[in-house]
Amino acid sequence: MAITTRRYDAIVVGAGGSGMRAALELARAGLKTAVLSKVFPTRSHTVAAQGGIAAPLANSTEDNWHWHMYDTVKGSDYLGDQDAIEYMCRRAIEVVVELEHMGMPFDRLENGKIYQRPFGGHTQDYGSAKMAMRACAAADRTGHAMLHTLYQQNVRSNTQFLVEWMALDLIRDPQDGAIVGITALEMETGELFILQGKAVLLATGGAGRIYWATTNAFINTGDGLGMVARAGLPLEDMEFWQFHPTGVAGAGVLITEGVRGEGGYLLNKNGERFMERYAPNAKDLASRDVVSRAMTTEIKEGRGCGPHADHVLLKLDHLGPDVIKHRLPGIREIALKFANVDPIRDPIPVVPTVHYQMGGIPTNYMGQVIAPEAASKEAIVPGLYAAGECACVSVHGANRLGTNSLLDLLVFGKSSGEQVIKDLRGQPTPHRNLPKDAGEATRARLARLDSAKSGERVPELLNDLRRTMQAHCGVFRFGDDLKKGVQLVEEIAARAARIFISDKSKVYNTARVEALELENLVETAVSTMISAEARKESRGAQSRDDFPDRDDKNWMKHTLWYKEGNRLDYKPVHLRPLTVQTMEPKVRTY
Amino acid sequence: MKLTIYRYDPDKDAKPYYQDYDVPIDAHDRMLLDALVKAKAIDDSLSFRRSCREGVCGSDAMNINGKNGLACITKIAELPQHVTLRPLPGLPVIRDLIVDMTQFFKQYHSVQPYVINNDPPPERERLQSPEEREHLDGLYECILCACCSTSCPSWWWNPDKFVGPAGLLQAYRFIADTRDQATSERLDNLEDPYRLFRCHTIMNCVDVCPKGLNPTKAINHIKELLVKRAV
Repeated sequence: MAITTRRYDAIVVGAGGSGMRAALELARAGLKTAVLSKVFPTRSHTVAAQGGIAAPLANSTEDNWHWHMYDTVKGSDYLGDQDAIEYMCRRAIEVVVELEHMGMPFDRLENGKIYQRPFGGHTQDYGSAKMAMRACAAADRTGHAMLHTLYQQNVRSNTQFLVEWMALDLIRDPQDGAIVGITALEMETGELFILQGKAVLLATGGAGRIYWATTNAFINTGDGLGMVARAGLPLEDMEFWQFHPTGVAGAGVLITEGVRGEGGYLLNKNGERFMERYAPNAKDLASRDVVSRAMTTEIKEGRGCGPHADHVLLKLDHLGPDVIKHRLPGIREIALKFANVDPIRDPIPVVPTVHYQMGGIPTNYMGQVIAPEAASKEAIVPGLYAAGECACVSVHGANRLGTNSLLDLLVFGKSSGEQVIKDLRGQPTPHRNLPKDAGEATRARLARLDSAKSGERVPELLNDLRRTMQAHCGVFRFGDDLKKGVQLVEEIAARAARIFISDKSKVYNTARVEALELENLVETAVSTMISAEARKESRGAQSRDDFPDRDDKNWMKHTLWYKEGNRLDYKPVHLRPLTVQTMEPKVRTY
Repeated sequence: MKLTIYRYDPDKDAKPYYQDYDVPIDAHDRMLLDALVKAKAIDDSLSFRRSCREGVCGSDAMNINGKNGLACITKIAELPQHVTLRPLPGLPVIRDLIVDMTQFFKQYHSVQPYVINNDPPPERERLQSPEEREHLDGLYECILCACCSTSCPSWWWNPDKFVGPAGLLQAYRFIADTRDQATSERLDNLEDPYRLFRCHTIMNCVDVCPKGLNPTKAINHIKELLVKRAV
């Protein structure tokens, strides 16, 4: 039986910040667009972002995009592409002001302008000791406010959402590799569909569920990464995972860096503000990789807090009840619920927790997916686009600055939408024919799940995967651990080919969804471990015991991982910005 | 911990039934959602929605021992040993604890939930004083979990005609926004025996809101505005 096919101009996979920002462009341009989401759009994980969105509005301190760019390049530990970083920083004011016009409930200053707070790694005057107030905030619910605002605007623009649909595989034209559509599962009915489109934009977010301790939602399973890997395209810089310094110990739930932006700080068991030793200038507002390493060192050297000496404390009671209630109400709620402490009186137990994936699907700054082909390292894959956390533009390089993620979503959501419009208007051709075997690979995957009578159970396999990543690819990495980790994730990948679910029902089968998600998590984990083992240096979020220094001569390059044979390739970093001078690599201190 | 859970799979079941699960709880399991995830590891056919697991996405609203709430921020320690879980009341059940929320979102969409301002946008942000912005507190934080509307008897009776507490809270969120210019159209949209006035201040909505919001207060503000407009 043929798979039912629906036709669109453009298909957006994912309805978080970047997917919905892109969708808004497409809907306003009148393109026939479908936006798929595994969850109702306002449940996407952008909703959990807290502290703010970066833009050099200079509402409270002097600021400009040059300084923001410098901080971002330095924050990336010189692995970020400087053309893309310039592009993002130069469009920051535009997209944030637009968001305000859309109705975003930003906090306000007395003069009526948007409230901005300091954030880690954001400085004035090219890395001086003075912090810039650059993070535009809606209390500590900035992501929630932004996601709802974007959804509201999409309602206004009559965007067509396919809610609770899961994208499964890309469909490529065998002639030239162009993307001509996707396969997708309607969760409520259990039906498989082919969605044919001239443009497919992946906005599927991060995959932080590969780790045991994560701030990420259950849905963050790297679906776009799995789709790209299975289609034979590479994933870029997957070794770089951000450990956020302040996840609630034992629960993983995020406590925003905005707490430290408002004046909170970290303490070890001696009551010492230890960040003063690691980052004399920025202290608790050093870059996240730096703070997470410092915390891990404190814990490892026996200065952790609690009966097991396994966390440090985030103190904020000195900010006073007014600041906490007005600027940080959400984290107070979280601390009360998940740590049983009221931060108005007591510090919050925190521990570095996986938070953000710097790597992803390789794109340029217009959201076009790029991959090596013939002589070019950056040939455009026709018909395929990616934006947001699933994409690697790369603006975050080896370490992202706080508040640059929401900015990334808006800038590249918008630019990729603009590029899709340009590409479709430039070539007003009919849809290409689907290949004869379109959807067969997906159908085979589903058929295997439906017919398997025994095999590996999803929860156990997932736990093994997450524990392996946590133990072998953490804040500090060790050569032997990584080697062993590669072997372990490859064993898990082999077991994943034999996944089994008992539930064979069609209607809203969440066991099936979780099994399909697991396959994507496995691709993500394998790419991470193999890329990390191969990179023989320390840079940003990758810190190796056996190679403790950054090695610009041999390793200032992007990793490309291919699923087939776990092959690795590399490509140069774009050191040349669009209009300004290259920001030369320097020793990175805060 | 013992969970008694409403089960219904239209593929297999002629009618719904309740199933008991004995879930072993350890010190790491804080929230009801942790127990549910464990129950699903025992029986993978058990179906429920969940995502952020920290009370901001609104996915895992359900009826917990007779009261609507979010599983992910309901502490096990504060529940009795035996917990009965049902889908949110008043909505069609798709499967187990998963309900069809179409009607709920239809009502949300019906209030034009977006800022309407037809002036040409200024080059920078529209200005708003901190006091003006404060009017949005207690309104914009809604996570659309539907705990409130599905605990409201007026909404159970007229889900197609009465906007319900969640939709009305959002209606007021835009009326209260100084950047919005459509107050009069918004009031026209609600001036109706059903859309607004089916609220009889039963206040179940306030009682169950997991974010501590007060839809009844917002509804009263709208009613006051309508009265003011009439005189």
